[in-house]
Parts: sequence; structure tokens; C-alpha cells
Amino acid sequence: MVNNGVNVAALLEAREALTEAPEAAQFKWRASCEWKNGTHSHSTVDSFYGLGEEQRHRTVYSFDADHPEVFASEDNGATPVELVLVGLASCLTAGVAAVAQHRDIQLKSVKATIEGGMDVQGILGIDSDVRNGFDGIKVTYDIDADATPEEIRALVAQSQKRSAVYDIVTNPTNVTVEVN
Amino acid sequence: MGSAAAIIIGAGHAGLAVSRCLSDRSIDHLILERGEVANSWKTERWDSLRLLTPNWQSRLPGFGYQGNDPDGFRTMAETISFIEDYANLISAPVQTHTTVQDVSFADPGYKVKTDQGTWLCQTLVIASGACNKASVPSFAKYLPPSVQSLSSMQYRNPEQLEQGGVLVVGASATGTQIAHEVHQSGRPVVMAVGEHVRVPRVYRDRDIKWWMDAAGVLDERYDEVDNIVRARSVPSLQLIGSRERMTLDLNALRKIGVRFAGRLAGINGGKVQFSGAFKNICALADLKMGRLLDLIDEWALASGTNDEVPPPYRFAPTEVEDSPTLIMDLSEKNIRTVIWATGYLPDYSWLNVPVFGRKGRIRHDGGVVEAKGMYLMGLPFLRKRKSSLIDGAHDDATDLCDHLSAYLDEPSGNSSSEGVLCK
Repeated sequence: MVNNGVNVAALLEAREALTEAPEAAQFKWRASCEWKNGTHSHSTVDSFYGLGEEQRHRTVYSFDADHPEVFASEDNGATPVELVLVGLASCLTAGVAAVAQHRDIQLKSVKATIEGGMDVQGILGIDSDVRNGFDGIKVTYDIDADATPEEIRALVAQSQKRSAVYDIVTNPTNVTVEVN
Repeated sequence: MGSAAAIIIGAGHAGLAVSRCLSDRSIDHLILERGEVANSWKTERWDSLRLLTPNWQSRLPGFGYQGNDPDGFRTMAETISFIEDYANLISAPVQTHTTVQDVSFADPGYKVKTDQGTWLCQTLVIASGACNKASVPSFAKYLPPSVQSLSSMQYRNPEQLEQGGVLVVGASATGTQIAHEVHQSGRPVVMAVGEHVRVPRVYRDRDIKWWMDAAGVLDERYDEVDNIVRARSVPSLQLIGSRERMTLDLNALRKIGVRFAGRLAGINGGKVQFSGAFKNICALADLKMGRLLDLIDEWALASGTNDEVPPPYRFAPTEVEDSPTLIMDLSEKNIRTVIWATGYLPDYSWLNVPVFGRKGRIRHDGGVVEAKGMYLMGLPFLRKRKSSLIDGAHDDATDLCDHLSAYLDEPSGNSSSEGVLCK
């Protein structure tokens, strides 16, 4: 019996239900961020909206973000760009587990390393031809599972195809920032 | 007002196959056709197109290929005569130049209003095609006006296009064939590549369609696949019907100089943005092709075909540069034309019966529409994987006419007697 700790039956039921009730599929994800000092900020996630009503996480999760000391900061947390990498890697990894469960593949271990290249001449305003963001992101998986190498490659490919963060990172998104 | 037990909308291969099956069952019927027999083939295809399936593979009820080039691919002219010959052979009752304007419940049956009069029918078969309109993304309107924009339905040949670069959006059979032809005409092509289905034209000395037919892939039923909604929206196989039996995948296009980027994600101030998922899109297509070839090899072993053909082999993975283009300035790259090969949609604007589900699709179970006595024909994976092919019409028409015939024979719930009185 394959068990990756993913309740595929529930996910498939949800897919069925949300096909019939597309309005319940409309979710809103949120975070709040408060400046502390310098480049240090403290963010929390708590509520979100979905299935037609307000929802709550089991508990409030919080994240400190800062810049490292080489940027003359205090390094009270991960840099925001590292949090993006964390988001991408954890999204893809969750996808690997879900797809594996659906395909009856038992996972033994899944490890990802992720690296984003960046020329900081962009954010420092040294060269306007250099973009602020990553010039590329590389994710490397080491996966031990009861499956052929082809099947493992297909798992990882399918996980990218269904990943929200992968889509957010690879496609443009309109961003609106307002000041109250 | 005329009437018939069955009215078929559309005199293409699908409608004609149904007509033949209804005649076999002595069910009185009429085909309403907005233009002429094989109208879409006559008016909505580009000039150089050949069928993607070999000649032998267009098997209609009571009709098939009779020439001496079974492995060749029909030109449009040959396809049109093939369908016209079939219409003549089966003496199809086609009312040409009759455009359906409105279909509504007539209780019992349906009222079909056309520009040539109104008919009543107990049963209705919609065989008006899967490709009535081009499906073009909404952001196409943000293209700078200086850039020519046309859909694959408007495309006829490269001479239509200005000299200069061309962006072909979409990499299904349509996109790859147009990209190939346009690039060869001296207009350098960049392709925006989303999800696609890569296959070789020939594998182990046999046409890929021969393998798929023989191994039963094309006979897979709509109620056997994991996710039929998805199976019905899979892009067409990257194929071209050519004398050279050429394989037209991205590697072949790259070899002649076509350049690639990911799926077109947006247009902003004269610049187009491509998705950064191109590598994975190609990996998915390579893996999927690998699974098809594995299945073919397994079947070859099991069926004893293995000894008649060369041993298995595999194709090089799709070549992708390390950092595919993400943003392209159209004027900087001298892109004069954008061709949208982004798919087709059926047009049911004339159908005033509440049978529509999400995204304007008609709700149906293998072609049997929820509304009693209404049927669909000639749509992708309607009942089998081959439903999108001319070759798929035989089995689908047979099954649906069995259903239609049984429905007309039901003692209650319809009005076969009234239908007779109407005549």
C-alpha cells in the first residue's frame, strides 16, 4: 500500500466538487507584513478565503525577513528572495508527493536544492539593463522512490505543470500596490 | 414546414457517415449544409495542407481508399473529392446552401430554423465541426497595430504575409506546419511553444498512425480514460503529411533555423512576454512520446510484429537553450506578423436548447446529449481517441445511430407516430 501521507481520494473529491461549484474554487491568499527596523520585517499568515467562506490556519505562522550582514543589515531572517525560493521548492515538493501518491509510487526520500542567480547591480541601480530579479532559477532533485528513473522524471515534470508558485515565477502577474 | 425523423447539421465526413448509418436503418433524414459538401475543407484550410493520416486510414461506413498510394497523404483537393464521392455514393440527402439560424425544443423533437425555411425533427445530429472559429487569447488585442495579426483560419500561404519575421503562437500540428512553410519562404520564424504532443512520423519503418491504430491506442474509449475533459483538450499531434514522410517536431524545425520561446504569456508596449516553463513543457512532451513508444514496443512484442520491423530505438530529447527568451521586442526583432495557431472552437451560437455546461461546451455522454434525441458527432475524443479523425466517424456514427434508432423505437417519450403524420 503506497503511503506518502497525501489524501488523494480527498483531493480527487475536491476536484469533482469544485468542477460543479466553480465559485467555491475562488481562493484569496493573504499575508501581513510589519516593518521592524532597518531591513528587518515581520510577516504573519493567518486567514485566507476559500470554499465560499473565511478560513483560518491551525495557528498563526510568522516569518522574519532581513538582509544579511554583507548588505550592512542585521540578518534577522531570510532574505525575501530566499523566501521566494522556499516557496517554489516547497510547492514543487508537495506536488511531487501528491502526484506520486496518485500514481501509486512510494517515496522514500525527496530532497531539493534550489539556487537563483542574481546580479545585484540591478537592485543597487548601478546598471539599468540588469533586472532586479533572478536571472534564472535552478532546482535539483534527489529522489529515492519505488519507480524507474523515467517515472521519477515524469513526477517532477508533472509537479511543475501543476505548481502554483512555479506558474507565479514563470509567468507575468499583474501586481497592484496601493497606499491607504 | 418540412419534417424528418432526423436532421443532421453539416455535410462533412461526420454528417455523411451518420447519414449512411441512418439510411442503413431506414430512418428518414435530411442533412442541412451551410455551404457545399466538405465545406470547411473547401473554404477554411491553408493551401498546402495535406491530411495528417495516411490514405488507407480514412475508412467511412461502406467506403474507403481505392487508389494505389495507401501510405500517401491526401491534398485538400483529394480530400474534398473523397468526401464528395462518398456523398454521391451514399446518395446523401443534402440540402446545400442552407444555414441553420436557430434550433429550439419543439416538444417533441426540435424545430430547426434556417435561411431556407424551417424543419421539424424528432432527432438532431450536430455534425457542424469542432473547428468553426479560431480560439485566440484575449491579449492579442494589445499587439501594436503595425504588426499584422491573423489566425490559422485566415492563413492561406506565406505570400499573404509581409516580408520580415513572423511569430507563430502555438506548436500543435497547425502551428508546426505553418511555421515550417513560412520559415522556408524566407520569413524567419519564432515560435511560442506551449503544451504540445511530440511524435515521429515514422517509427520502426511504420507510420505512427499505423502503430497507434494497430496497437489499439486510437480505439481507447472515452469512458476508459482517466480524465476525459483533459483528453478532449489535448493539442493535436505534431504531424505533417508530406511525400518525404518528414517528422516535424521542434528539433526538425530548429534544424532549419526556426527559433523558440515558451508559451506566449502577455503583450506589453510592443514587447511580448514568454513563459519561463519552456524546458519543462519540452520535457513533458519527450516523456509522453517515450511512453507512447514504450507502449508500441510492448504491443509489437506481444503481437509478433516485432520480428517484421527494425528493433526499437529512441529519439534525441528536444533541444532547449540554457536560457530561453523571456521578453522580445517585436520591432527590434523585425516581427511583422503574428499567426495565432492557438486552437479552434465549435460555434453553437444557433443552438437555443439548454444543453451547455462550462465554457460553452455541450454536455454529453459520448455524443449522446442530455436533451433527448440530440447527438454530437466529429469532436475530439467524442467516443474514442480516433473520433477527431475521419477514420473515427465509422464507429461513432454506428454507435450513435444505434442509440438514435432505439430512441425512435421507444414506445413513449417521443413521437415517432407524429413524425410519420407530419410527412
